[in-house]
Amino acid sequence: MPPVASSVAATTPAGLLLVLVVIVPVVGVLPAFVCGGRWLERITALTIALGAGVAAALALAVLHSDGPLVYLLGGWPPPLGVALRGDGLSAVMIAVTALVVCAVGVFARADFHTPAETDEVRAPFAFWILLLGIWGALNAIFVSGDLFTLYVGLELLTFAAVPLVSLDGRADTLAAALRYLLFALVGSVLYLIGAALLYGAYGTLDILLLSTRVHAEPATLVAAALMTVGLLAKTALFPLHLWLPPAHAGAPAAASAVLSALVVKGSFFIVVRLWFDVMPALPGDAAAQLLAALGAGAILFGNVLALRQERLKLLVAYSTVAQIGYLFLMFPLAFSPAHRQLLGGSALTGGMLQAISHATAKAAMFLAAGLMYAALGHDRITGLAGVGRAVPVSLLAFALGGVALMGVPPGGAYVAKELLLHAADETGQWWWALVLQIGGVLTSSYLFLVLVHALGAAPKPIVLRAPIPLARQVAALALALCSLSLGLIYWRAPLPVPRGIVSNPLTASGLWKVLWPVMGGAVVAILLGRWGDRLPRLTSRDDAVAMIAPARRASVALAGTLERADGAFRQWPLAGLSLLLLAIMFGAAMLAAGG
Amino acid sequence: MTMASLFDLALAAAVLALAWWTISTREAFAAVIDFVAYGLLLALVWVRLGAVDVALTEAAIGGGLTGGLLIGAAARLRATEAAAAAERPGPAVRLIAAVGSALIAAGLVAAVLSLPDPAPTLAPNAAANLAATGVGNPVTAVLMAFRATDTVLEKVVLLLALIGVWSLAADRFWGGRPGPHHQADPNGALAFLARLLSPLGIVIGAYVLWVSADEPGGAFQGGTILAAMWLLVMMAGLTDAPPLRRRWLRLLLIAGPAIFLAVGAAGLWLAGAFLAYPVAWAKPLILLIEVPMMLTVAVTLGLLLAGPPRRLE
Amino acid sequence: MLGPAHIFGVCGAALVGFGLYGLIASPAPLRKLLAFNLLGSGAFLLFGVAARRGAAAGFPGDPIPQALVITGLVVAFSATGLAVALLVRQFEVSGASTLRSDPPPPADAEA
Repeated sequence: MPPVASSVAATTPAGLLLVLVVIVPVVGVLPAFVCGGRWLERITALTIALGAGVAAALALAVLHSDGPLVYLLGGWPPPLGVALRGDGLSAVMIAVTALVVCAVGVFARADFHTPAETDEVRAPFAFWILLLGIWGALNAIFVSGDLFTLYVGLELLTFAAVPLVSLDGRADTLAAALRYLLFALVGSVLYLIGAALLYGAYGTLDILLLSTRVHAEPATLVAAALMTVGLLAKTALFPLHLWLPPAHAGAPAAASAVLSALVVKGSFFIVVRLWFDVMPALPGDAAAQLLAALGAGAILFGNVLALRQERLKLLVAYSTVAQIGYLFLMFPLAFSPAHRQLLGGSALTGGMLQAISHATAKAAMFLAAGLMYAALGHDRITGLAGVGRAVPVSLLAFALGGVALMGVPPGGAYVAKELLLHAADETGQWWWALVLQIGGVLTSSYLFLVLVHALGAAPKPIVLRAPIPLARQVAALALALCSLSLGLIYWRAPLPVPRGIVSNPLTASGLWKVLWPVMGGAVVAILLGRWGDRLPRLTSRDDAVAMIAPARRASVALAGTLERADGAFRQWPLAGLSLLLLAIMFGAAMLAAGG
Repeated sequence: MTMASLFDLALAAAVLALAWWTISTREAFAAVIDFVAYGLLLALVWVRLGAVDVALTEAAIGGGLTGGLLIGAAARLRATEAAAAAERPGPAVRLIAAVGSALIAAGLVAAVLSLPDPAPTLAPNAAANLAATGVGNPVTAVLMAFRATDTVLEKVVLLLALIGVWSLAADRFWGGRPGPHHQADPNGALAFLARLLSPLGIVIGAYVLWVSADEPGGAFQGGTILAAMWLLVMMAGLTDAPPLRRRWLRLLLIAGPAIFLAVGAAGLWLAGAFLAYPVAWAKPLILLIEVPMMLTVAVTLGLLLAGPPRRLE
Repeated sequence: MLGPAHIFGVCGAALVGFGLYGLIASPAPLRKLLAFNLLGSGAFLLFGVAARRGAAAGFPGDPIPQALVITGLVVAFSATGLAVALLVRQFEVSGASTLRSDPPPPADAEA
């Protein structure tokens, strides 16, 4: 995006909204902390409502202004002071964050409620304040225009997210939280080292000013490589995903939704700012291809491992690992060889649409999984039979969320996929188009698996352990419906979707484009999924089962090697070595491009 | 090679040696002691780099409080050392890690030595705007005026880290007192030291804050000294840790960020922007923010060290 | 010629190297935490080098990086505090101090 020199100098009208969107959650934390108990819940509810209003106002303001919103904090212009900048990307992420936080707020009231006889209980107190902290940190990341303020926001995000993982106090969640914290801290420090080098080279950490001063030299290349790898560690991109599956699966359902949907998007957003805004000409094609190659690895490993999981929450967590890979496919697709730099265009729009579709759909899936767990008392996939009858709205929410992730129109993921395929076509990078298609097939496979299990009849009807309020199920369903309707919004500047790229799904070819991943997914699910004793019952023909059996054995053996590889990558020493290796590889790739 | 360069080389060598021992020594407790010594030497490095404010902060927080935190941890985790040693990665992993780290360090050296000369700097910019902030110490001006946002956000980081620590308590101890009940001999050396040092420390902490307007110092450094005195008094058994549900404690913990945000909001009317100060009132406003900030920092840092609640009231 | 900025710049880079090595090769999580602190102090030294090189206008150093380091030191301390609390709690609950990834617990184990 070409820098607009004038936006350094002055605060725009409505820029105060940028300040408010960060301050409102923070100001909510302070009285909530002092009052505690039931007052804390009331104050949090009020804060969420207010914050959502400010987020909506900000989105509208960005839409109606013809450049980014700017606010100079303290009246000091950069490079001395810190500026907040809100452009289209910020507005979209802030809006989706507010939406997910509202839904999670409604959902979690039952889980984290202070009972009438007690003054204050640990888990609700921690949950609500940490939720507000995550929200404030994310908004700070989305609007900050300074690399060090981004660092402080990133640390705030990590410190607020980690205790949510270990909220139930079990030994395995404590280990997961510890792994998350240490790996995330390493990521932050690598980012900080890069920022130090950039300041030493250019004398400023303001994003806009840096974009005018940056050019390829050793300090900048090392900084870019270290910052990128540090942020990848925080975003859990394969092979640095060691902390994510146990952390997201072990957290309480509401927390998992926030962690998967929102927290990983924070560090991802900073990667986008870095590559597209601060140094678009620096990384070069090789580094962008490397980034997408890691994304392809994430898609392969994440999806296959999701299919092989026994527990629903782990399936959804591994699905997040895969979906994060999708987000990084946009980088080489946005690289323009003519300009030798990254350009915002259909690839960037596709990537951001994918991010927000995933945020809403994944939150819906985790909330629904939490409800199904509450209904059944366990989350074994092979034991899900009957849940459709017990909590139909939750299952519907889960299904719709999965369908939205698959890339079915009119979901946002469908539009995103079309945009990315179009960009792959234009730049001739057919291999990423292939990865996208394979990813679509694999995503539908585990949804198929879960739905077949869940729609089966239970041996005896399920008695709910406690009644599940409809409001909680509707919250999950609403999020899933949001994800499914993102394709209907008329996206224009700042995230333009050019007409004619998104093919009409109602034509024969459009319908086939949607259907074949579903059928392919069914095949993969039959080959690889854990069916328990259900597969023989699907078909009564013994010869059909006999035909499938050797194919299944081969596929499961293949998947077994992937599982063993994933198990190895998720041990600390190997993950650490991958971190070092990736830093060196990115440095080399950027050097090759810049030299 | 001047005397100063020789001294710098010797200092750098000592720092690197201590860092290496911290990594490579067998026993965790020894590693922590090495780290504390490293922190104190590092403070000297900061003086040589001309950053006295940072040297104070490094000595107080980086060396002192972090050291206290890690010593406590090493003592409590002593029983796990044998099992941990068994988990040590094999020689192949260590070799690749060494090569990889060396390569990255080499890249960093190349980057640092290639930084432009004359270096880009914001010092003239800061000097030109210093008068408008009412303070003479440029680092204080940056922390409290030019980049006040970072300071506000950092206060929130401190608070949330503390809440994260509290969330690790067992449910039945929620709202109780952190740490064990220290009982030292009331006539012994520790109690004597606490009685002697703590009033002195409080005065020094307040002085470090007061003088930070024009000399090195600041609310963080002063607050750390106050926290250290509070911890000393608690460890000597002269006072007990407060129950974490107490309203006054919670109010102290939010006083810093709350007043900072209030003054920042007032800046919208008085000076036209959030976190701006009207020039005539800049110094009193900054002091108004810094005093509660010092108290909040002191209580927060002390409680971070004390840990989650472990006892009922 | 060999000023403090050069010497401590190399020193900071070496500390980053030591910290990265320690993070991977150290046996216990507490030692990895120590390595992280070394890594962080190396990063801060790099800021300090930028500050020293930016000495001008009568100041012994550029004040912006110094302020960033002070903020960073406080954030690093909070990180260490949270990590120590997690380590101690893990020991209290499970009797071990490890980052090893165990196989996920069976689904029915959760209450």
